[in-house]
Amino acid sequence: MSFLEYAPAPESRGILSLRDEYGLFIDGEFVDGRGAPFQTISPANEQRIATVANADARDVDDAVSAARRAYDHVWSRMSGRDRGKYLFRIARLVQERARELAVAESLDNGKPIKESRDVDVPLVAAWFFYYAGWADKLDYAGLGQNPRALGVAAQVIPWNFPLLMLAWKIAPALAAGNTVVLKPAETTPLTALIFAEIVQQADLPKGVVNIITGAGDTGAALVGHDGVDKVAFTGSTAVGRQIAKTIAGSSKKLTLELGGKAANIVFDDAPIDQAIEGIVNGIFFNQGHVCCAGSRLLVQESIHDEVVDRLKARLSTLRLGDPLDKNTDIGAINSREQLDRIRELSDAGVAEGAERWSAPCEIPSNGFWYAPTIFTNVQTSHRIAREEIFGPVLSVLTFRTPQEAIAKANNTPYGLSAGIWTDKGSRILAVADGLKAGVVWANTFNRFDPSSPFGGYKESGYGREGGRHGLGAYLAPAGLGRGAAGTPAAIAAEVAGGTIEPATQPEASTQPEASAQPEASAQPEAASQTKQATRAARTRKPTTKGTAK
Amino acid sequence: MSRDTTADAGTRLAVPKTYKLYIGGAFPRSESGRTYEVRSADGAFLANAAKASRKDARDAVVAARGAVAGWAGATSYNRGQVLYRIAELLEGRRAQFVAEIEQSEGVDRTRATEQVDEAIDRWVWYAGWADKFAQVVGNANPVAGPYFNIAVPEPTGVVAIVAPQDSSLLGLVSAVAPALVAGNAVVVVASERYPLSAISLAEVLATSDVPKGVVNVLTGAPAEIAPWLAAHADVNALDLVGAGDLDWVDLEISAADTLKRVLRPEGGADAAAPALDRIAAFTETKTVWHTKSLR
Repeated sequence: MSFLEYAPAPESRGILSLRDEYGLFIDGEFVDGRGAPFQTISPANEQRIATVANADARDVDDAVSAARRAYDHVWSRMSGRDRGKYLFRIARLVQERARELAVAESLDNGKPIKESRDVDVPLVAAWFFYYAGWADKLDYAGLGQNPRALGVAAQVIPWNFPLLMLAWKIAPALAAGNTVVLKPAETTPLTALIFAEIVQQADLPKGVVNIITGAGDTGAALVGHDGVDKVAFTGSTAVGRQIAKTIAGSSKKLTLELGGKAANIVFDDAPIDQAIEGIVNGIFFNQGHVCCAGSRLLVQESIHDEVVDRLKARLSTLRLGDPLDKNTDIGAINSREQLDRIRELSDAGVAEGAERWSAPCEIPSNGFWYAPTIFTNVQTSHRIAREEIFGPVLSVLTFRTPQEAIAKANNTPYGLSAGIWTDKGSRILAVADGLKAGVVWANTFNRFDPSSPFGGYKESGYGREGGRHGLGAYLAPAGLGRGAAGTPAAIAAEVAGGTIEPATQPEASTQPEASAQPEASAQPEAASQTKQATRAARTRKPTTKGTAK
Repeated sequence: MSRDTTADAGTRLAVPKTYKLYIGGAFPRSESGRTYEVRSADGAFLANAAKASRKDARDAVVAARGAVAGWAGATSYNRGQVLYRIAELLEGRRAQFVAEIEQSEGVDRTRATEQVDEAIDRWVWYAGWADKFAQVVGNANPVAGPYFNIAVPEPTGVVAIVAPQDSSLLGLVSAVAPALVAGNAVVVVASERYPLSAISLAEVLATSDVPKGVVNVLTGAPAEIAPWLAAHADVNALDLVGAGDLDWVDLEISAADTLKRVLRPEGGADAAAPALDRIAAFTETKTVWHTKSLR
C-alpha cells in the first residue's frame, strides 16, 4: 500500500431524508407539475435519486402569479428589518442543515464532498447572512434614498454549483424586496428542493420564493413571462444570448453570468509551490465545471517545462472517485452530455496537434468520469484554447513578456476571470489593469465571497453578483420601481394606511418629484410600448431553447 | 452662423461651411459621396450634411477601437482636464451654437441660449466626475480571508450612441459626455434633423485635447446606420437613448448577438438627464483579489 492509497472514507447518506418524488414549490406548497416528471440521477453511478416534477407554461404562470401576489400584498410592504430577519433565519437553517445539504449536493451533482462541505454550503450560508444585513440598509446601496425593488425576479441557474447559485440569486433579490421564481438546472434540482423545505421551516410568507423544476423550455417560459420584471441567468453564453434577445424591447432588467476561458498567468518569479496548487485549484476544482476556471495556463517560456513536470506529478496524486468519499479530489462529470462535450473538445485538441496527457487514475465502471488532463503545444487558434470546455482539461500556452501575456489573455470573446502569479507587486497591479476580466486573482484563484462582486466583461455577460453591486442589480432608484407597490400612488396609499415603515416614507418635499418622474417618462414609454408590441408580434420568434444551464 | 448666401448691397458675401463627418480626428465626407439637405424649421435650406454609410460607421468603429487604450489609460485627472477644456471651448463658441440652434430648431434666442448654456454646464458637471466616480461606484470589499480585495469600474470600450433626435446640442452632450468620463471611445449618430451642432461640436473636439478617435460623429439616417453599429462585433455597448422612433427592438436583438450592454430609448425633455448612472452604465466592475502575507 503506497502512501497514496487510503481506505475508503465515505460520508454517510444516512443524514438524508429524501422524498421519492418532488413537486414544484409554488406559493409555499409542493404541487404537482403538469409536464412529464423526470428523474434526477447521481452522475457517479447513474442511479436514480428521485423523481422531479416538470413545470410547463401553466405551472410557470402559476409560479409567477404567486410571486406577484406575494410581492404586491406582503413582501413589498414588509419592513426591511423584517425581510432581513427572514434571511438571517434562512442563513441559520442552512448552517443547521449544512451536512445534509452537502451530501445531497455531492450525490446529485457529483462534486467531492470535501468541496460541497467546505466550499459550497458554507458560502451559501454566508451569502444569506451577508444580504440579510442589507435588507434594512438599502438607502446605502448607492441608488439614492428609498430605492425600490423591481418586482418579480425570474432566476435560472446552472448545475455546477446548484445551491450556491441559488443563494447568489435569491439572497440579494429578497433583501432588495423582490419575490422570486427560480429554476434549478435539470440535472441538479435536489438541493433547491431541500431549500424549499428550509423556506417552509423559516416560515417565509408563501409565494416569496417559488422553485420550479424542468428543462430548457421551462426556463424559456419563465424568462419570457410577461409578469416578470427582472431576469437573472447564470449559464452558457449561447443561452444567455437567447435570453437577451427574448427580453429585448421589454422593460425587464437583465443580468447575465455566462461562460469564460480564463487565463492563469504564471511569471518566472512566481512562488512556484503556491502557483502549482493554484493552477490545480484553478482548473480541477469542481471537475473544471466552473465558469471562471483557469482553463488557459499562460506560463512564461523559461519555466514552462518545470511547471508542466510539476503539474503532472501533482495531478498524479489526485484521487478520482466516489464524490461522497472524504478523500476524493476529483468527482464525477455532471452528465453524459457534458462528458461527451469534454471528450469532443479534447479529441479536437489532439486532432489539431496539441499533446494530451491524462493523469493515470482508475476510472470507475459506472457513472461519468474524466481524468484530469493537460494539453501542451497548444496554439491560440486551437479550439481547446478558444472554447469553454467546462471540464478538467487544462491548455498550456507560453509567453515571453508581460505585454504578450496580457495580449494572449485578452484574446478571447470572454472576460470573466484571470489569474496572475508573480512575486512582484507592481507587476501584479499593472497586469491586472491590462486584463479585460471581471475578477482577477493574484497569487490565488477561485476565491469567492458574498461581499465581493463577481461577473464578466464582453461575452461573459453583464451585471455583477455579490457585494453592493449585486444588490443594485435588484433595485431601481426611487420612483422607478415597477409593479403595483412601486408606483407613487401605491406608495402614497401605503403611507396613508400606515403599512409602510417610516424609513421608506417619501418625505413631503420629495413627493411631487416622485410622482412627476414616472409621469414624465410614462408617455413616450407607453407610446413606444404599443409600437414594441406590434413589432414584437412581427419579429419575435420563440428564441430561447436548448438546455439552460 | 448665417447661411445667407445672397449679398445685400454693402455687405460681404457669406462663406458657408461644409458640414462633414468626424472620424478618427479628421473631417471626411461620406465615402458614399452622399449628402442630405438640412433645412430650418421654416423649410429654408441650411446645409448639405454628409449622409454616413455602413462603411463610414465601420471606419468610425475602427477609429474608436484604436483610441480606447490611450483614453482609458490616461489618468482620471488628465481625462477630467481634457473634458473640462471642451467646456471652455464650447463657451467660446456660444454664439455660433446659439445661432445654429435658432436656425435649425426654429426657437428664439433665449431658448437656444438656454440649451447651449445647459449643455456647457452639463459638460462641466461630467468633467468633474472623471476622478471621482470610481470612488463612489467602486468598493473595498471585506472578504472573509487574508485577501486584499477591491472592486473598481473600468470603461466598457467602444460605445455606439444614437443621440436624442429632437435636440441639437443638449441631447448630444447628455449622451456623449457621460460615456467619455470613464474612458470609453464613442461613435455617435447625431440627430438627423438637427445635425449642425454635432459637427460644430466635432470642431470643438478637434481643437481640444481629446485624442483623435475618442469621439466620432456620424450624420445621416440613424435608421440606416444604427443596425450596423448594433451588430458590429467590435462595439461593446449601445446607447439607444435617441432611437425611440427607430425599430429599436431589432437593434437590441441584434446587439444581443455579441452581448452588448444596451441602454433603451428615453423620451421627453428629460432624456439622458445627468446622472452618475449614465457613467456607470458603460463601465465594467473589475474585482482584484490579492493574498496578504508577512512571508
